[in-house]
Amino acid sequence: MPITFYFPLSTFYSAAGGTLAHASHPDTAAGLLSGLSHPVSGPDHVIAMIAVGLWGAQLGKPAVWVLPVAFPIAMALGGMMGLLGVPLPGVEIGIAASAIVLGIMVLAAARPPLWVAGVIVGVFALFHGHAHGTELPEGANGTLYSIGFVIATGLLHAVGIAIGLIHRWDWGRPALRTAGALVAAGGAVFLYQALA
Amino acid sequence: MIATDHCSLITFHHAAGVLAHLVQTGFGGFYDGMAHWAATPEDVMVVGALALLAALGGKDRVRSLVVTLPLAWFAGGALALVIPLLVPGQVMTIVSFGLTGLLVALDRRLPVPLYQALIIAAAAIHGVGNGGAMREAGLGWLGLTGASVSVFIITSLLPALLVRIEKPAGRIAMRVGGSWLAAAALLMIGWWLRAG
Repeated sequence: MPITFYFPLSTFYSAAGGTLAHASHPDTAAGLLSGLSHPVSGPDHVIAMIAVGLWGAQLGKPAVWVLPVAFPIAMALGGMMGLLGVPLPGVEIGIAASAIVLGIMVLAAARPPLWVAGVIVGVFALFHGHAHGTELPEGANGTLYSIGFVIATGLLHAVGIAIGLIHRWDWGRPALRTAGALVAAGGAVFLYQALA
Repeated sequence: MIATDHCSLITFHHAAGVLAHLVQTGFGGFYDGMAHWAATPEDVMVVGALALLAALGGKDRVRSLVVTLPLAWFAGGALALVIPLLVPGQVMTIVSFGLTGLLVALDRRLPVPLYQALIIAAAAIHGVGNGGAMREAGLGWLGLTGASVSVFIITSLLPALLVRIEKPAGRIAMRVGGSWLAAAALLMIGWWLRAG
């Protein structure tokens, strides 16, 4: 008697994404993996998002979770603007500036009021989201792309928070501030590239 | 014994603006309905969001969810099976889990009538979508029952596990999860608006 092997349920999402993407654009394989990979595809985005986690960890509760909650929502808003073609001037400069400012905040161990920190992170998140929104691949499955995109962003914050936990130790505090300096230096390089 | 890969049996349909991934498992309409629910990200996310909201609200909210959500889901699906023209727009399914995710992120404890109304509205919207998809696929009541049973199983297990988490870090993790859902919904609305 033949035994029939049926496709594992876990493959449904990727298969569905691929199928729907192919339905309109045969050459575009997009979906969950595309969304997951997009936020990590640019080092300027990566260092800024990790810096949010670093700063949150340095600030402690409640900023450690308020900032990573504020960033994806503001970034999604920026992404929506990008998707709809709403112009946002100086996006690349804004992204580079985000790394510089967030790096300096970590370097200086700055402790502004929570709402100020939230506004800083939220405003810069708009630039990151807008850049992603305008760069989204045509034909990608919006649902799966969006899920992957947000998860990847959140995980980058989590990486920053995990690194930032060294703040608890005496040796960790200067190390964390050094990491902030490196982020700011990276931002300066990206700013130079954006202006060049 | 012969092992045959029947992945080619999996079919997908894009029905009436709803990303309805109709899955043919080969085990019959009931299991096709179960698999359909699991392969529809919007449906999974709304159940996840409601589970998080219930878990944050406490045991009474969880008990209420276990009863109300699957019944309202089935009722919505039944309505769509009986009235063939009744199909919700994709934006309604997105808003339902986005709004719930936002409530989770804000840790807002809604008054009981409002909470019940939210569950019924979200379940009805997604249930109607399920019912329409089942009708188009010829799965009918059996498929709808399978999808509703999937909802019941997850609703029974997930909030029950989550509600036991009492540590603040656990609650924060749930709120972060809610913010991710809200952010994903914002992006998906952008996609929806761009698609026109």
